Amino acid sequence: MTSTARIPDHLDDDPLETVTLTVNGSQRTVAVPTHRTLLDGLRDEVGLPGTKSCCAEGECGACTVLLDGRAVNSCLVLCVEAEGHEVTTVEGLSADGLTDLQEEFLNAGAVQCGFCIPGQVVSAEYLLRTNPDPDEAQIREALSGNLCRCAGYQRIVRAVQATAARRSER
Amino acid sequence: MTEYHRPTSRADALAALAAGGPRARPLVGGTDLLVGLRHHHDAVDAFVDLKGVTDLPEPVVVTDDAVRIGPTFTMGELVGHPVVRAWFPALVEAALTVGSVAIRNRASLIGNSCNASPAADTAPPLLVHGARVTITSLDGDRTASLDEFFLGPRRTLCGPGELVTRLDLPRPAPGSGSAFRRLTRRRGVDLATVSVAARVGPDGGLVVGMGAVGPRPLRTEVPGPVDLTDDTSLDRALDELLAVATPITDVRGSREYRLATLRVLTKRAVLAAADRRDPREMAS
Repeated sequence: MTSTARIPDHLDDDPLETVTLTVNGSQRTVAVPTHRTLLDGLRDEVGLPGTKSCCAEGECGACTVLLDGRAVNSCLVLCVEAEGHEVTTVEGLSADGLTDLQEEFLNAGAVQCGFCIPGQVVSAEYLLRTNPDPDEAQIREALSGNLCRCAGYQRIVRAVQATAARRSER
Repeated sequence: MTEYHRPTSRADALAALAAGGPRARPLVGGTDLLVGLRHHHDAVDAFVDLKGVTDLPEPVVVTDDAVRIGPTFTMGELVGHPVVRAWFPALVEAALTVGSVAIRNRASLIGNSCNASPAADTAPPLLVHGARVTITSLDGDRTASLDEFFLGPRRTLCGPGELVTRLDLPRPAPGSGSAFRRLTRRRGVDLATVSVAARVGPDGGLVVGMGAVGPRPLRTEVPGPVDLTDDTSLDRALDELLAVATPITDVRGSREYRLATLRVLTKRAVLAAADRRDPREMAS
């Protein structure tokens, strides 16, 4: 198993917990030590590397997933806490190809290095599901927990605006 | 080695906490606890997850004269709750500064108090709104004001084997108003350099809660009426209110900077709180 930065080594003696959860619509069972996070479980055990590991302390948002439909930092959820719950990762959003939101990220040129984008997309999707017609301030607030080191914020905001407009026409 | 418990009853949760001693920690959002674990600030032998407990107080109950909050009420639920928004605007403003949307979807209000950071964002408004907590153990319940609850940096009245099961907020008297102001180095996901909540009571008295300017969140008050239209009387009230602040110099600001900005922020919070008083109630 890949080790997440700065986890104290002695914790690797933790007993393995068997966790059954629904990931992107499929039931999965994984065995992880207690202190391991949902992020670790998704990347290392379930094998879905779209969710990114970065700050590992809830500051950057690269690990954002939907837990029972709500955006959370998967680095701050223990994998065992997800027992019996539903998780949607960026892979689950785009199971049928690129979503309209992802297309608008590309159209707006919002993807630079790309590392933060899975988290941005999940947070933006959560915003649009809870508030289909957000104004710019609401978009910036909703994405304030997703840092982009390329500082591509203007285009990310534009991508979300374009998606909201596109969905309102449907 | 770390154990994980998912009790379904309050009795089982308390038993797990009692058996685990000081290194057994209740878990709701985990947004402070897991960060603390990673940075080795917190040593945890046992997580006691409260989210599956069925007989804890409801997340939120509104009565005619109070709002009662349970351990699993999240910041996200708080900022969207219509009664909390109407009665406790300072608390909503403060909760909106906590982390990000994803953090607020997990972080619990009671957990924020139990973590007892001197800079806890929701502590100043809870202090000015007269919050009381119920602390439960296998021996029974006891209650305390939040002001009594905070003992020092990350120390509270809630000891090993105990659990805060309820937080009570009395409905503000008609003709009062509250507001929250905060200074950070950057917008979003940053700890407060200075934070202030203010409440102006129906009699014109002032209550102020302060964060990051002492070893614990602080509460002070001056009896009313204070004439807020008169600079001299407002300055005198601020002198009195801010005398308890003892900020330190750290990475977020120097002692001098904190003292200077604390005064500015407190004045702004007091005036904003006064603006929110219900004008119909102020005629008398």
